[in-house]
Amino acid sequence: MTEAFLTRADAPTDVPLKRRLKRAERARQFKALSLVLPLLAFLLFTFLGPIAGMLWHAVDDWEVRQVLPHTVAALAAWDGKDLPDEKAYAALADDILAARAAGTLAIAAKRLNYAVNGFRTILTSTARNLKAQPEPGTAKETLGKINPAWRDRATWAAIKGASGPVTSFYLLAALDLTRNVDGAIVAAPPDQAIYRDVFVRTFTIGLSVTVLCLILGFPVAYLLATLPAGPSNLLMIFVLLPFWTSLLVRTCAWIVLLQSNGVVNDSLRFLGLIDAPMRLIYNRFGVYVAMTHVLLPFMILPLYSSMKAISPAYMRAAASLGAPPLAAFLRIYLPQTLPGIAAGSLLVFILALGYYITPALVGGGADQMMSYFIALYTTETANWGLASALGALLLAATLLLGVVYGKLVQGQQVTGGMKN
Amino acid sequence: MEGSMVTPAPALVRFSGIQKTYDGEHLVVKNLDLDIRKGEFITLLGPSGSGKTTTLMMLAGFEVPTHGEIYLADRPIKNMPPHKRDIGMVFQNYALFPHLTIEENVAFPLSVRKVNKAETQERVRAALRMIEMEALAQRRPGQLSGGQQQRVALARALVFNPQIVLMDEPLGALDKRLREQMQLEIKQLHETMGITVVYVTHDQSEALTMSDRIAVFNDGIVQQIDRPDALYEHPVNSFVAHFVGENNVLAGTVETIEQGYCRVALASGGSVMARAVNVASNGAATSLSVRPERISIIMDGATSEGPNRLPATVQSTIYLGDHTLAVLEVGGNEEFMVKLQPGGHNGLRQGENVSITFRPEDCLALDPV
Repeated sequence: MTEAFLTRADAPTDVPLKRRLKRAERARQFKALSLVLPLLAFLLFTFLGPIAGMLWHAVDDWEVRQVLPHTVAALAAWDGKDLPDEKAYAALADDILAARAAGTLAIAAKRLNYAVNGFRTILTSTARNLKAQPEPGTAKETLGKINPAWRDRATWAAIKGASGPVTSFYLLAALDLTRNVDGAIVAAPPDQAIYRDVFVRTFTIGLSVTVLCLILGFPVAYLLATLPAGPSNLLMIFVLLPFWTSLLVRTCAWIVLLQSNGVVNDSLRFLGLIDAPMRLIYNRFGVYVAMTHVLLPFMILPLYSSMKAISPAYMRAAASLGAPPLAAFLRIYLPQTLPGIAAGSLLVFILALGYYITPALVGGGADQMMSYFIALYTTETANWGLASALGALLLAATLLLGVVYGKLVQGQQVTGGMKN
Repeated sequence: MEGSMVTPAPALVRFSGIQKTYDGEHLVVKNLDLDIRKGEFITLLGPSGSGKTTTLMMLAGFEVPTHGEIYLADRPIKNMPPHKRDIGMVFQNYALFPHLTIEENVAFPLSVRKVNKAETQERVRAALRMIEMEALAQRRPGQLSGGQQQRVALARALVFNPQIVLMDEPLGALDKRLREQMQLEIKQLHETMGITVVYVTHDQSEALTMSDRIAVFNDGIVQQIDRPDALYEHPVNSFVAHFVGENNVLAGTVETIEQGYCRVALASGGSVMARAVNVASNGAATSLSVRPERISIIMDGATSEGPNRLPATVQSTIYLGDHTLAVLEVGGNEEFMVKLQPGGHNGLRQGENVSITFRPEDCLALDPV
């Protein structure tokens, strides 16, 4: 018995302590992993997978490559300075005939039409008029005759630019940039340059709603944190009430309230404060009102939790040490709520950036946010590349903000000095 | 502080007819009149709910008296906000600001008073030197131990030279050894700086150790205000006798009163002579109070003459290091405690019949419990 014990105790000396610890911990780690595994798998399929897909769509360029393979191959060696040689024309004629037979020409036409407006017409007219494979050596002349655009270098540059396999076209377009005939990055024509404005608008609305939520939410959170339990719980129910109603219903309620013959306008007119109905909806005002209302609880709850942790003794201590109420608030209370302010603001801001339904219902044409355009390109025009590029940029901006927030919170590092 | 002992200094704080109720039905403080002298260390002692903390909060300005007036240096302060009262306060859980360093915490009362930078620095350094915490000036409260936080709270309450320093059970969260050490430190600070301290505690030994005077609170009323020794030796009623120090109680009825002494017939039979402190008249019920260290045990059979000799049965003995405590059954009281001197009566056996005796002047006839 004693001998066995001794040998057991002595045996592991040849195994380093660190490795023995690791071995002992492994079972525990495995158990922990198996507990989170289902969620991890779920997230992989429903969250990370789609995001990766979106990022890939933003740079994927497969259409022309698939529909006009010979042309893409022939243009690979083209330097882009002059018109391509006869071989490329012959390859194009080949591809167009094959694509028409297979019915895939529209796919390439759609993609090329993004790059050069009217490309669809060029391709379809060429396909219609090209009866058969031109005699060897005459492809250039034949195509040029059918559509003079084939004598234009820009037409060929568009095909080469869209020949994949990856492209910066969509990402550039999302930033109001494009490539000219020579492949240099230049500003997009003014009639297409709308996305920077949309980005600025999205961030302006997000920021304004965040500030509004903070201004309105801070006093409520303070009240929640300082009231006795009974009234505080009642108030909390009012704060949480909107969560129990659907977003759509709440937004529609604002339409009822704010429209020209709505409750607000009618009341103001009844009171004689205004003569004609004010325009309260289908503009930026309506967007701010509805979005602030919907997002307010996301500001109040983090603020409340940070304020709940602040003992009333701090304010008493500040007063006993000679600080007037305002100084005590600014120097003692407010700094301790900073983590809550940061968390609430980030939450509201990021949620606001992705808002779609509310601005779409209560905003005007000039109040639509990025999500509206993403939805438009996804569902209406099926321009997945541009939709993905816009989404990717929005994601990048959000991640950047997340990193900034992380740095800010890390710098704060408030540790409680109170025992209770 | 010496002055308070010899010739009473003028009252710095005067509570005059103070009443306080929170619910409008029940008075937490009933008609409080209390003078606090300049430079003294006064302790408000009482069980929880006795009104001592409410009294302190009214002085600090966090609670408003329902009736009456409080004067600070002859100025009424009932309606003065706390930040104008110039009263330093040390809280039960220290209430150090967690987002500020130790240095910034101590500098806070000076910076809200717009003291210039050089002087602030000088005074903060002096305060930190006083509590021997200069090395930790740049730490945050969360990084300090309870005792260190308590010292910082003390420095912060003293750095702006307030007229009074209030302390609300400041040592409650510390362990026994640290608590005793801090008691001495606080007492020392009080003596060297000559500050007026109002100290709230429910720990009677803490009150006895530190105070110049103790006000014993119960049920919203000050039962007695006196020096610690007077409070222990001459309690005016059963509550004070019981709350301050260890105490044995015997119930009885007054038979005769003469010249400050009375003969009391015990409920269990027999009679004793006692000092008549708080008894009405012949025939009145009374509670006798005897301190455990004022009682001698006589082994059965030994003879001794004395007016107060009662039979007792040994229940148990408890060895406590510096002394031994004998728990006896006397006149139906099964927790009658007697403090045995080291070396004496160590041979007491459980169930043994003995006698106890005590001097009439050590037995107080008080109001019935």
